[in-house]
Amino acid sequence: MKAKFLVPLLLFFALAAFLGFGLTLNPREVPSPLIGKPAPEFTLARLDQPEQRFALEEMRGEVWLLNVWASWCVACREEHPVLVRMAQQKLVPIVGLNYKEVRGDGALNVRGMALDTETDLAIQRARRWLTDHGDPYVLSVLDIDGRVGIDFGVYGVPETFLIDREGKIRYKHIGPITPEVLKQVLLPKIEEVRRAG
Amino acid sequence: MIPELGTFALILALCVALTQGTLPLLGAHSGRQQWIALARPAAIVQALLLAVAFGCLTAAFVRNDFSVLYVAQHSNTLLPLPYRIAAVWGGHEGSLLLWVLMLVLWTLAVALLSRQLPNHLVARVLGVLGLINVGFLLFILLTSNPFERLLPGAEEGRDLNPLLQDPGMIIHPPLLYMGYVGFSVAFAFAIAALLSGRLDAAWARWSRPWTTVAWVFLTAGIAVGSGWAYYELGWGGWWFWDPVENASFMPWLLGTALIHSLAVTEKRGAFRSWTVLLAIAAFSMSLLGTFLVRSGVITSVHAFATDPKRGLYILALLVLVIGFSLLLFAMRANKLMGGGSFALVSRETSLLGNNVLLTVASVSVLLGTLYPLFLDALNLGKISVGPPYFEAVFVPLMTPVVVLMMFGPFLRWKDDDFVAAARKVAPAFVASILIGIGAAMAVDHLTWRTALGLFLAAWVVLASIQLLHGRLKERAGASAGSRLRSITASWWGMWLAHLGVGVFIIGVTMVGSLEKQLDVKMQEGQRAELAGYTFTFRGAIDADGPNYDAARGIIDVTRNGRAIATLTPEKRLYWTQGMPMTEASIDIGPFRDVYVSLGEQLQDGAWIVSLYYKPFISWIWLGCTLMGLGGLFAAADRRYRRLAERDAKVGAGRSVAGAA
Repeated sequence: MKAKFLVPLLLFFALAAFLGFGLTLNPREVPSPLIGKPAPEFTLARLDQPEQRFALEEMRGEVWLLNVWASWCVACREEHPVLVRMAQQKLVPIVGLNYKEVRGDGALNVRGMALDTETDLAIQRARRWLTDHGDPYVLSVLDIDGRVGIDFGVYGVPETFLIDREGKIRYKHIGPITPEVLKQVLLPKIEEVRRAG
Repeated sequence: MIPELGTFALILALCVALTQGTLPLLGAHSGRQQWIALARPAAIVQALLLAVAFGCLTAAFVRNDFSVLYVAQHSNTLLPLPYRIAAVWGGHEGSLLLWVLMLVLWTLAVALLSRQLPNHLVARVLGVLGLINVGFLLFILLTSNPFERLLPGAEEGRDLNPLLQDPGMIIHPPLLYMGYVGFSVAFAFAIAALLSGRLDAAWARWSRPWTTVAWVFLTAGIAVGSGWAYYELGWGGWWFWDPVENASFMPWLLGTALIHSLAVTEKRGAFRSWTVLLAIAAFSMSLLGTFLVRSGVITSVHAFATDPKRGLYILALLVLVIGFSLLLFAMRANKLMGGGSFALVSRETSLLGNNVLLTVASVSVLLGTLYPLFLDALNLGKISVGPPYFEAVFVPLMTPVVVLMMFGPFLRWKDDDFVAAARKVAPAFVASILIGIGAAMAVDHLTWRTALGLFLAAWVVLASIQLLHGRLKERAGASAGSRLRSITASWWGMWLAHLGVGVFIIGVTMVGSLEKQLDVKMQEGQRAELAGYTFTFRGAIDADGPNYDAARGIIDVTRNGRAIATLTPEKRLYWTQGMPMTEASIDIGPFRDVYVSLGEQLQDGAWIVSLYYKPFISWIWLGCTLMGLGGLFAAADRRYRRLAERDAKVGAGRSVAGAA
């Protein structure tokens, strides 16, 4: 046996080690540097009354969830029934951040569309979606160009931020909230934050 | 009852696979004829059992048996019958069943079509295939049984993903899997040869048609998948460098290298260790693809519902299969040295160069695909790798491949004179450069990429003509018909496949350089212009289907006042999953496609419409078709049958001698 013929085998073992390690990682889990820090300030137009604006300040004193969604997001459809049930049981107030409703839709290339037209289209699409699937949100705000999403480090939709009474981000969940995630992760976290004051 | 029968058939198939994977191999090692003789019947029985299992799952889909969990997850009573059948491979468990079905069909083909091969070799090949099947059947039974019951049964199924409700779903996965899995035969031949220590020209000749046919299937599968993505995803792209596309492209690149390497091994006895390594690597890439899609280590639009337990199992299987093969290779490879020697300027060198480049290309695709994982594992952060990386890597790697591809056939085996060869190809080469630059200027898009692409395409076409001309001149004096007939099928195969590469490059270059796109808001009666075509929106009508609501836009396309086509793109909403889908409508032409897809309807009744002009895009698939046809010609060469008969006689003589 000559050493050089072992090279493919050794390379393969190195690759296999990475793959094995990869199994323990979650490619969807992205650490957020924002945890423990105050949530980025924003004021955005409300979906129900676009002439009115909502500021983060208004939720001070509450433990609440900021849920990033869009009608084009397929995984949002998966988590939506869970959110609706949470709202019915009044588990925790949820504010919806409608993220890049129009320009985020890959099926819809809208380069050059006027901002007004885009906003109208976004409102119409988002409202229709909430009518069709139920509205679990205290209110939703419109992040047309995704700038607030950038401040929050939104990586993929849906994402959900748990924010405490002082406006600090305490937890971030990427991907749909399934019943298991709710029961095993989110609810205990909410309890913990509430107890902490 | 039928699902239980399916599980039972799978368990029996596992038992038969265990027999097939052990006794014939031991028999071939120790010379026991009774054990060797078990291989073929075992392969036949296994194929029957898995056909039964596959039939049971199909029956469960056809009968809407939602007490089977897998059926409830992937079908629905409203789903039309052809898609209910295609839904059998619409998810992880069923597609794995398709995988093993393909494996036993290939095994069956080897068992039935290998009468001329020495029995001990057939026993080893079938034994290796049996062992692979043991691994996959165990995987199915332990972690992914498609027949698992859901009790009490569901009232209604969750439906097949609307993206998959398309004729492409019926043919793309079976073709692709035939290709993927087909490399297992080349792999089994390589392992059998390593085990027996007999790795010669005859071995290469036996492997060649199998490998080529698998490669043809893979080519067709990838091409169909790309065409499907083109019209189904609604934005006219044809390749996305998605991890799962890459997973099929890597074995294709290595398979391409392998069929060329096998040619050298057969004709000149050279590259033997290379060829064996490529045979192992091509199949390993197929296995790796299976792992990537099903383990959840990589995010992709194609990824199946994932489960770390499954990932761990496949990884263990990978380590066992590939690890053992590479260990065997390391132990035996020094016996493979030697073979025909060749000079620096020779056809061998050009083929070796291309094999190295194709392998490097394959590795760079692997690197791009796994790079996010490597960084994550090393705690260096999270990134994603996109098309710019792959394009930056691919153009410089593939350019020399194409140049060598057309230079190699002009070189003689073993040794050639560089100056003489260069003189032969120089006129066409220079002409191609001029054509490339000239054509890029003619289409008013003089970028180095366009010029390079058109130069390469012109080079392939001109060199192909020159090659054919030279070949016909060899028998000057004979009639044209007899001159054409004197060319072997495998030569035509090479010629067609290489020409296909040229046609493919034209398509890729032209569509990449000259495509035009426009998104417009259109009211009824409104017009838009793109690339000389006028699009008139005639409004949208309801066009509901069996399981969806749809609006169908009607768009007249004219050019200089002449009617070209009426296109009818649809926007569908599938009831069960509430998922919107766009169905593009395309006017396909030999030199351009006109492609229209329907976006959203706005409040004022207008629609967002996306218009695309795609020059030469059909040439991409025409090129793939030529490559595939070339493969079929090569595999059908009479030489294989003629020499196989000769080998059979020699083999028979040898085994008599062995018995004595």
